Amino acid sequence: MSTFVQVMLDGLLAGMLYALVAAGLSLIWGVMDVINFAHGEFLMVAMYLSYWLGFLAHVDPIVSWVASGAFVFILGALTYRFIVSRCIGKAAMAPLLATFGLSMFLKNFCLNRFSPNFRILQTTVLEGKKIILGDIVIGLPQLVTGLFSLAILFALYFLMKKTRLGWAIQATAMDREAAELMGINTDRIYLLVFGLGGACVGIAGGLLTSYLAVHPEVGALFGLIAFLIVAMGGFGSIPGALAAAILIGLVEALAGFYIAPVFKYVAVFAMYLAVIMIRPKGLFGW
Amino acid sequence: MSDAMLSVNQIHCAYDSVPVIHGISLEVKEGEIVAIVGANGAGKSTTMRTIAGLMHPVKGNINFLGEDVTQTPSYAMITKGISFVPEGRRLFSKLTVRENLELGSYIEKNRAVIDERLEEVFSLFPILKKRENQVAETMSGGEQQMCAIARGLMSRPKLLMLDELSLGLMPSLVEKVLETVVEINRKGTTILLVEQMVQEALEIASRGYVIQTGRIVQEGSARDLLESDSVRKAYMGL
Ligand SMILES: Nc1ncnc2c1ncn2[C@@H]1O[C@H](COP(=O)(O)OP(=O)(O)OP(=O)(O)O)[C@@H](O)[C@H]1O
Ligand SMILES: [Mg+2]
Repeated sequence: MSTFVQVMLDGLLAGMLYALVAAGLSLIWGVMDVINFAHGEFLMVAMYLSYWLGFLAHVDPIVSWVASGAFVFILGALTYRFIVSRCIGKAAMAPLLATFGLSMFLKNFCLNRFSPNFRILQTTVLEGKKIILGDIVIGLPQLVTGLFSLAILFALYFLMKKTRLGWAIQATAMDREAAELMGINTDRIYLLVFGLGGACVGIAGGLLTSYLAVHPEVGALFGLIAFLIVAMGGFGSIPGALAAAILIGLVEALAGFYIAPVFKYVAVFAMYLAVIMIRPKGLFGW
Repeated sequence: MSDAMLSVNQIHCAYDSVPVIHGISLEVKEGEIVAIVGANGAGKSTTMRTIAGLMHPVKGNINFLGEDVTQTPSYAMITKGISFVPEGRRLFSKLTVRENLELGSYIEKNRAVIDERLEEVFSLFPILKKRENQVAETMSGGEQQMCAIARGLMSRPKLLMLDELSLGLMPSLVEKVLETVVEINRKGTTILLVEQMVQEALEIASRGYVIQTGRIVQEGSARDLLESDSVRKAYMGL
């Protein structure tokens, strides 16, 4: 029994992190109808930043996530201004292909600069600390990352639902022209949304460095999982992303433990197919 | 220079280089209600959209309060004092009435001013007060139209532009909505409106323009237009 609880807890914490990664993708997708193919690589960039800040300047991930978030916010805003805004509204595939190019660039740039080696921060504040409750062990890095992710997600939800800026973002998503007529500079909103989407994945990446090794391929899997979560949760829906992310985290943990570690993504993708077949618009789709 | 609040001078507009407006000029003076009428596809909405900055003319210019606004982006028009309620209402469908109205005064940052305007539009349309927390898309067509007008008023515009208020409303409701337009005008807002209900529109307007295939074919005081044979034949089926 306690093993089961342990596995579920691990899955839950992973799911909370996935939710934040996915929320960034979902926000951009929901507002702009653009799939940011470089989303996973944004996470990789955040991890490298956090890693080097820790390695060279001894800034702990528990603090440097702020810098990662800010850095990827700017990276996202620049991506919009110089790449996405130029191809949006042209061919539907254009932003996808353009951000695909960006993802390849970022990946190969890091490969070239930092080698394919796995790098992990030693001696972080949380390293090796755990909470032990009977037979159940919760790693503090995972716990802090999960809870932080959840908190950021709630802040984002609050911003979208309860503030005038959030309404303006939603209005832009629903009817861009009508939003312009309200005096909303929708190009600025797009810039901000791309930045916010980047900040979500940037914060997630920054936190993740406290227990996960960074390497040039690390973003690929996260990007893919984020994509599944958004498709399952319904585009643009933050509660949907949270539900789908936790579902994926649990399935991944349960399948990985009770069946076989190599089987866990088979289970995740099988579940994805099942959900999409039953509800093509996702669990919380509009 | 004329004394007009809005003057549109010989504008030509096109969609993807297909011209649809061929040199339209019109004026709106402060305090007026001006009606633009014409058949389907004549170019009424295109003219309105161009004034509101959603598209820009390929030729000609637009002046508002002595300032050239021909190339002003649409989001900046509302700060100049022009508010446009477009054809088909275009409410933010998943947001509540309250949120829609709040966005109408997006450019106003002072909370007290916004609350005061909310009270104003609620007294003009009491039904909206009752529906405050209802999601816009779940309201009836008439309620949505009132919400759209109210949203357009939330910036307290100098010029309110209304495109086809009557669309999809039953005749008694059309009359009621147009009465409200008159009331808004009495309180000091200048109005430029486009209508399919030619008779009703001209009855409340001070002046009118008749557009046909991208050109103005007739203009004058609303009374003259109402009595003109060509207008009566073409648009009122008389
Ligand atoms: N988005 C568009 N793309 C291409 N052509 C358009 C577009 N919108 C309108 N048109 C064309 O421009 C012309 C004028 O249309 P407009 O909508 O201004 O007419 P209208 O007078 O408002 O008609 P209605 O009474 O039906 O609303 C029409 O021939 C129409 O087909
Ligand atoms: Mg029209």
